[in-house]
Amino acid sequence: MSEEYKSGSKLERVLKSGQFAVTGECGPPRGADPEVIRKKCSLLKDKADAFNITDNQTSVVRMSSIASSVIMMQEGMEPVMQMVCRDRNRIAIQSDILGGAALGIKNMLCLSGDHQKFGDHPQSKNVFDLDSIQLIYTVKKMRDEHKFLGGEEIKGAPKLFIGAAENPFADPFEIRVPRLAKKVAAGVDFIQTQCIFNVPKFEEWMKRVVDRGLHENVYILGGLTPFKSFGMAKYMANNVPGMDVPEDLLKRMKDTPKEKQAEEGINIAVETLERLKQIKGVAGVHIMAIEWEEKVGEIAQRGGLLPRPNL
Amino acid sequence: MVIGERKPFDEIMKMIEGHNKIMVLGCGGCVTVCLTGGHDEVKVLSSQIRMAREKDGKPLEIIEKTIERQCDPEYIEGIQPLLPEVDAILSMACGAGVNFVAETYLGKPVYPALNTTFVGGSKKEGYYVERCQTCGDCKLYYTAGICPIARCSKSLLNGPCGGSTKGKCEIDPEVDCAWQLIIDRLNSLDQMDRYEEFMAVNDWRTNRDGGPRKMIREDFQR
Repeated sequence: MSEEYKSGSKLERVLKSGQFAVTGECGPPRGADPEVIRKKCSLLKDKADAFNITDNQTSVVRMSSIASSVIMMQEGMEPVMQMVCRDRNRIAIQSDILGGAALGIKNMLCLSGDHQKFGDHPQSKNVFDLDSIQLIYTVKKMRDEHKFLGGEEIKGAPKLFIGAAENPFADPFEIRVPRLAKKVAAGVDFIQTQCIFNVPKFEEWMKRVVDRGLHENVYILGGLTPFKSFGMAKYMANNVPGMDVPEDLLKRMKDTPKEKQAEEGINIAVETLERLKQIKGVAGVHIMAIEWEEKVGEIAQRGGLLPRPNL
Repeated sequence: MVIGERKPFDEIMKMIEGHNKIMVLGCGGCVTVCLTGGHDEVKVLSSQIRMAREKDGKPLEIIEKTIERQCDPEYIEGIQPLLPEVDAILSMACGAGVNFVAETYLGKPVYPALNTTFVGGSKKEGYYVERCQTCGDCKLYYTAGICPIARCSKSLLNGPCGGSTKGKCEIDPEVDCAWQLIIDRLNSLDQMDRYEEFMAVNDWRTNRDGGPRKMIREDFQR
């Protein structure tokens, strides 16, 4: 591995080479059957550079992100291990970072995590010992200073490419770029954004990002989620916090005959992808086809992003 | 002040099952102000208990008493002469009061009639909201007087999560996003530069995580 790389992950190498990167996403199962992951992997393999493995997303108990990441690596693919601050204190977080790195994980995504109220254990105690920005700081300190948060030296520091999420559509809008600046200052290497439906608003956010020069210090991957149906579009517009689905997109899905809605959803995603490629400072795309993994390849293919570079 | 809410009646009845004479002990402090554990509430709860036990054919005698504060030994000691008469004390104070009474009278069962809910204040009469989590290291200078630890559902210190929508928290459209309030106030005070400061990883030792806390005024110790 070359010294100039932080972790040497494929994702890092693609981004550093200046090519438009593609990441996908894989949600672990609600059970102990590894075949579920393997099956999803077979649909996703070679369709992107790396794949996020979610960490108990929406606060529903699932197979752990670390274990699922390892299963994915056994399939010859590169995971981005997600980690939320909701379920672990700094002792468990640092321990899992060491464990993940020891098992060969090279990318990690630092998140606050959905509130447990939404999940299947709303009775649970949440942790939030750290917030997502402090988590970025923690991983960077471990990787670059070879030190734990407590100050003790690490023998065998974890080499991880550090990612985080950002939602350009959440409120208050005016602090969404300053918030990104805080993440950059804390040491984040790449950002995956919330699903982009409102492209003009995303462009406005990116303009502010570029004006501050942040794009020179962090790789930004725009988030894409295809609608499966008008029902899903409506649900995302009305029920998912921080999601911005413009009226004209909703109407377009509504006016499409039911049997053609899935196809139209893919069309919208591909059109959005084409626009993202034109925006200054956008370094790649993060395709989140929720329980629709077989479509990641189709979107990437139609967007001219396949085959993926072999770095 | 400390806010408390009365426990469900059935839970209270279960606790005092088997006792024939109890004291219902009110507190003149916070719980009087928030209308859940003062003199008036002692009267109401006592008559409810009497009626219920009467109906079950197991009448119960009650001594109604409200003291200045249950978190202060000086006032708690005042009830001692009445205690030989009762089997148990049903305290209508906050959890701190219940603990103090229990520590003072080791031989007497003490039961809580309230759930202690939070430290806060009243927005209007009968409407109470949480404002402090007693973390032990006040950060309100940085956040324009609005506490992210008590009021952000995730206690985030470096800004809102991605779920903040139109000023509201992702967990409930009735709950204000603390960070929206902080940003609005920082803006109006022209202190937005404070937002850009990285809030370091928190030291939770001053919080309950460091173990039970105490505060000692040395000049008062002899």
